[in-house]
Amino acid sequence: MSTPLVEAVETIAAPDTPARPRRGWRSPSFVLGAAMLLAVLALALVSLVWSPYGLDHTDPAARLADPSARHWAGTDRLGRDQFTQLMLGARTAVGIGLASVAVAFIIGVPLGLLAATAGRFLENTVVGVIDIVIAFPTLLLAMLLVTVYGASTAVAISAIGIGVSAEVARLTRISASRVFTQDYVLAARTCGTGPLMILVRHVLANIWHTLLVQATLAFGVAVIAEASLSYLGLGTPPPAPSWGRMLQEAQSTVSVAPWNVLLPGLAVAVTVVGVNLLGDGLREVLDPQLRQERQAAHR
Amino acid sequence: MLSYLIRRVAWLVGSLFVAGSAVFFLLRVLPGDPAVTLLAVGSSPDQIDAIRHQLGTDRPVLAQYGHWLGDLVTGNLGDSLFTQMPVLDQIAGRLPVTVPLALSAFVLSIVVAVPIGVFAAVRRRGLLGVAVSTLAQVGIAVPIFWVGIVVVWLVAVQWRALPPGGFPRTGWQDPQAALQSLVLPVATLTIAQGAVLVRYVRSATLDVLSQEYVRTARSLGYSLPRALWRHGPRSGAATVVQILGILLASSLLGTVVIESVFALPGLGSLLLTSVKARDLPIVQGTVFLMTATVLVVGLAVDVVQRLVDPRLRGSA
Amino acid sequence: MTILETTGLTITLDGQALVRDVSFGLAARDRVGLIGESGSGKSLTALALLGLLPPGMRTSGRILIDGEDLLGAPDRQWRRVRGRTVSIVFQEPLTALDPLMPVGRQIAGPLRLHQGLNRSDAERRAIDWCGRVHLPDPARLARALPHELSGGQRQRVALAMALACRPRLLIADEPTTALDVTVQAQILTLLDELIEETGVGLLFISHDLPVVAGLARRLLVMRTGRLVESGPVDDVLRRPHSGYARQLVASAARVTRLARPSVRREDR
Repeated sequence: MSTPLVEAVETIAAPDTPARPRRGWRSPSFVLGAAMLLAVLALALVSLVWSPYGLDHTDPAARLADPSARHWAGTDRLGRDQFTQLMLGARTAVGIGLASVAVAFIIGVPLGLLAATAGRFLENTVVGVIDIVIAFPTLLLAMLLVTVYGASTAVAISAIGIGVSAEVARLTRISASRVFTQDYVLAARTCGTGPLMILVRHVLANIWHTLLVQATLAFGVAVIAEASLSYLGLGTPPPAPSWGRMLQEAQSTVSVAPWNVLLPGLAVAVTVVGVNLLGDGLREVLDPQLRQERQAAHR
Repeated sequence: MLSYLIRRVAWLVGSLFVAGSAVFFLLRVLPGDPAVTLLAVGSSPDQIDAIRHQLGTDRPVLAQYGHWLGDLVTGNLGDSLFTQMPVLDQIAGRLPVTVPLALSAFVLSIVVAVPIGVFAAVRRRGLLGVAVSTLAQVGIAVPIFWVGIVVVWLVAVQWRALPPGGFPRTGWQDPQAALQSLVLPVATLTIAQGAVLVRYVRSATLDVLSQEYVRTARSLGYSLPRALWRHGPRSGAATVVQILGILLASSLLGTVVIESVFALPGLGSLLLTSVKARDLPIVQGTVFLMTATVLVVGLAVDVVQRLVDPRLRGSA
Repeated sequence: MTILETTGLTITLDGQALVRDVSFGLAARDRVGLIGESGSGKSLTALALLGLLPPGMRTSGRILIDGEDLLGAPDRQWRRVRGRTVSIVFQEPLTALDPLMPVGRQIAGPLRLHQGLNRSDAERRAIDWCGRVHLPDPARLARALPHELSGGQRQRVALAMALACRPRLLIADEPTTALDVTVQAQILTLLDELIEETGVGLLFISHDLPVVAGLARRLLVMRTGRLVESGPVDDVLRRPHSGYARQLVASAARVTRLARPSVRREDR
């Protein structure tokens, strides 16, 4: 779902057991995903110290120019260097993506654990709240917040973070409840292990890899959401560049300068595909159950 | 089943109440005075007071809340701050664009994506199967508005076959023009939703294929496609219904972005312009209605799931 | 008359041989037991005999069914044989049956497929079959879903499904392992009865020597993918050649001494 209403994406990347067992970190999806993501991260990091031009540098002589040696990704209708914008846009995307995922996990994980450990009533309440927040899409939340506070980076992060947190909480609750019903938890309880110890030693130890995979996928969701909000004018306000706003500005000149549309779109796609591949790869590497099945298939 | 239905509807009403209250309080109680943000910097205190009065924010929050709830029960969502027209009328005026757009994209994406998803699962090792899954993966990763811009560029600008955007002023009085202006938006939304659906259907099909009863069917002489046809619809139905619920909701919400790409006067663009103009009552009403739709779809999904999966019927 | 004959059957996954050079034949009315510990390759062999190995596994050797070599044959050719000449019953009846389809319709399926019966005829025959496998109140149970039946009843349904089209050979892959011991005995009795009645040949796969010995006349013993011993049941039990078969017989004898199961039928 390439809208900011992408809550569902996490569940899509259903465990596609690989056709043939792959060995750990050499899984092609992991390698490819990591490479794509590293490229984007590199762009973002390099932009901190260097970019081909300054952010507000315009080249009035070369408006809507095609990619060339002077302007690697061409220029927009104001003559701004698009490669510079892409680099700084990567910074925005990665920054907001990471921050949103952090918000989502800070809210979602404790909420999910609370629901899993608490009594029936509290659990039902939390599950109910999660359901409502899931029904309440990120985009609408962002719109509400923007109505009150105006568009800003903080609003984008809060909206995306809260939106994604519901999915995180749901997953945490389900995985944690599953662990709680296992015999070894019962065994630990019988031995007098305290609840906190059980939570750390058994529950977190058994669900962290699920959560890590979830985090990578949530990052992809956040990047698309950020682009969509910026496209609609609800995200990070100018002058901070964003892939979404680049697309919005390039839309009217697409027939003259298709590059201006193609490249930011490609940037989003590379980031999200990379992150999804990385998530799939991580799942293969980390999930002990998948690993077991793989060994079983080998017998 | 009946008692379940009653419980579920009660739950829905509760959720609507909570969601509505959340919308209300999010807009009122959080720090920040809507009246101040509404006006330009340097407005006189009198102006601010006037707006406050119009918004009702000069009264205690709980009084406002009671008032809003009472209005909500009678189906009154208030008036727009700027046009002074009832919010409900404004919303109703936008539905002839949004409803056809969302529904046809929803139906089309099912028609297109379900066969493709099944194919991608059955041929998951084949070249074409891998190509389809890869394409779907990319389709999920690109933003929907990017798809829209490219579609406009290719079809409307290069090929000049269809209008690049807008909707006839006369609306559906000119059915041909109205239909033409919806073709590209529907196509864009279909592509975006279809990509998601292909992935879902593919993994649901793979799930069925890995079931032992499919192996049983094959051991009795069924071909793989016939075994899938024999067992797939039943066992996949519950999952598919759930997916369709998500899809219907996201089709509706996708219109917000799509209408912006194609400059369509629908519910989504009403919401977007109201957000930018800070027209509180409209934002509040539209968001509430959209959320309500999502919740109602969720209810329908749960009920249908129960109907198709007899194993769920007995349980609470 | 030989129905099925396999020579030099070898199954490999990623270059690793899971089953190596297995050869045996099955004739009409044969009752053969295939025994071995889990992981010895006996279930893989069973799947290979029906051309149902999971993708990625490679096979070599020959599998002749009615004189036709089907190893590596296209699925279309296999389909003419499956359910009609050779059928299989799997270990876990709960997952082997579609949880959402009434069991009567599941039994009726192969009848419609192979014998071209229309729906009502096929379902009538399915109810007949429910009676023949001694399900109580067949007409009602035929409309039940698998989860509404007991484990033993589910395995009866699976047997009815496998035998519905009158195959000449039935492969039973640990059909009683997932069941309680008392139910296990009932299913073995039923299996015995059905074999006598329909004249179907049997390849009974199990890790449980007493169970196999009670039903089979000839034994095949597998270990780590190889056939280590074969011969009439009595010979294998009294004079096991291979060390592994000796161990099997010895431990089975120990268990039998401890608790004589009533499962065995000595009167044959």
